[in-house]
Amino acid sequence: MISTKALLEAALFATGEPLSDDRLYDLVNAEWGTEETPVPREEVRQALRELQAEYDARGVQLQLVASGYRFQTRPDIAGPLRRLWEKKPARYSRAVLETLALIAYRQPISRGEIEAIRGVTVASSILKQLQDREWVTIVGHREVPGRPALFGTTKVFLDYFNLRSLSDLPPLPEPTNLEQVDEVLQTLMPLAPAEAVAEGVPVVEVADGAIPAEAGIP
Amino acid sequence: MVLAPQQAEATEASAGVAKIRGEWVKECPVDLYIPPDALRIFLEAFEGPLDLLLYLIRKQNIDILDIPIAEITRQYLSYVELMREFQLELAAEYLLMAAILAEIKSRLLLPVPPAAEGEPEPADPRAELVRRLQEYERFQRVALDLDQLTRLERDTWCATAFVSQSTACLPALSPVALHEITHALKDVLARAALYEKHRVVQEPLSIRERMTAVLMRFQDLPVGVSVPFVTLFRVEEGRMGVVVTLIAILELSRQSVLSLQQDAAFGPLYVHKCAPVAENNAL
Repeated sequence: MISTKALLEAALFATGEPLSDDRLYDLVNAEWGTEETPVPREEVRQALRELQAEYDARGVQLQLVASGYRFQTRPDIAGPLRRLWEKKPARYSRAVLETLALIAYRQPISRGEIEAIRGVTVASSILKQLQDREWVTIVGHREVPGRPALFGTTKVFLDYFNLRSLSDLPPLPEPTNLEQVDEVLQTLMPLAPAEAVAEGVPVVEVADGAIPAEAGIP
Repeated sequence: MVLAPQQAEATEASAGVAKIRGEWVKECPVDLYIPPDALRIFLEAFEGPLDLLLYLIRKQNIDILDIPIAEITRQYLSYVELMREFQLELAAEYLLMAAILAEIKSRLLLPVPPAAEGEPEPADPRAELVRRLQEYERFQRVALDLDQLTRLERDTWCATAFVSQSTACLPALSPVALHEITHALKDVLARAALYEKHRVVQEPLSIRERMTAVLMRFQDLPVGVSVPFVTLFRVEEGRMGVVVTLIAILELSRQSVLSLQQDAAFGPLYVHKCAPVAENNAL
């Protein structure tokens, strides 16, 4: 008698691509569920959680990305793994990365808007490269003269960058402003001792609650 | 960016600060210690005027909100001039920015008339430029963050169990209904009819013999390789021969030696050998 976990594990390894919650559930339900008593969804979720925990210490991990669950190698062993392949991983130029960032954070965005922020013409080859990789697609057209195409990111992009959704993207930095930096530092300072305790750094006890200036610097 | 002149040599020939292409350079460039080839690459690496401006601002630790326009404009123009000297194809945007800087500079020189009653204070001429620089800088920084994300084919790879290609590529064949066989046979019979009148002697055909003949077609083929149903018939034999072949195929199919499949509704029929277990049954 095979277990739910074994079936999920085998399916994920055999397909080698992300499988959505629904597909995994259908697979389990088709095997053990009946019309009167379908497999509870929670059972599949629980099995996935257990699998995830079991693989925690292994060379591959169960990861949830935009398209679903997939097994992937641990990022921290990428270095040695790269020796297996002749080709070095592709590197992307700043132009490509900045254009991609603009599309990811400001989508739907037109080429003109990208150019306005970057201050230079966006080479067609860059947009083509992003579209060929299927990271970016034309999601529509702005109904103004010229009907400029609007670009947006795809699920392929999220899967490729190990993200579940756009909200997983690193936060867009606030505009640089030295005054703001000062303010941020001010607000962070009172928190510093608590963090230091959490990290096991001894902190000088201050009776009146005043914070020694060095406390924030471990 | 820092030129690595052979320091020992440099002291020997104290006349110059660096040796570039065998020639001693007498003076350091004011703010660039880069050999010409590297300088060219360095200049080419700028992603446009905003990038160049941000570089100049960062290099001097200037507060982006309080840019000394006159100084930055001077530096900016000297870089643009350098780019021209290296005959880099200078994007028009660089020249546009030079014009914008010059405009801001001249506005700053003009006395600001006191704001009239009820009118807002005139904006700092630098405001728009600062806004653009800040906005661009945010995306410059986040682009680096994006590059640091764990990504496929660099930091992680999809783990997959090997699935043999032959299995993966076999079309999903489904069992065949009888009417599909008759449908396929109709064509064969139609062609067989054309040969009938040329038949002189009708030799008795053994179904067993025909079964062997059909199987011979599959002898050298690996399990799972399909042969189109219609190619198993020799229409030259006429109706009788075709029927014998059909019965032979059906018999082999009943014995699980061969299997009939069709990969699409009304599509051609295919015949293939069954897996080895089934073959034992047939013997």
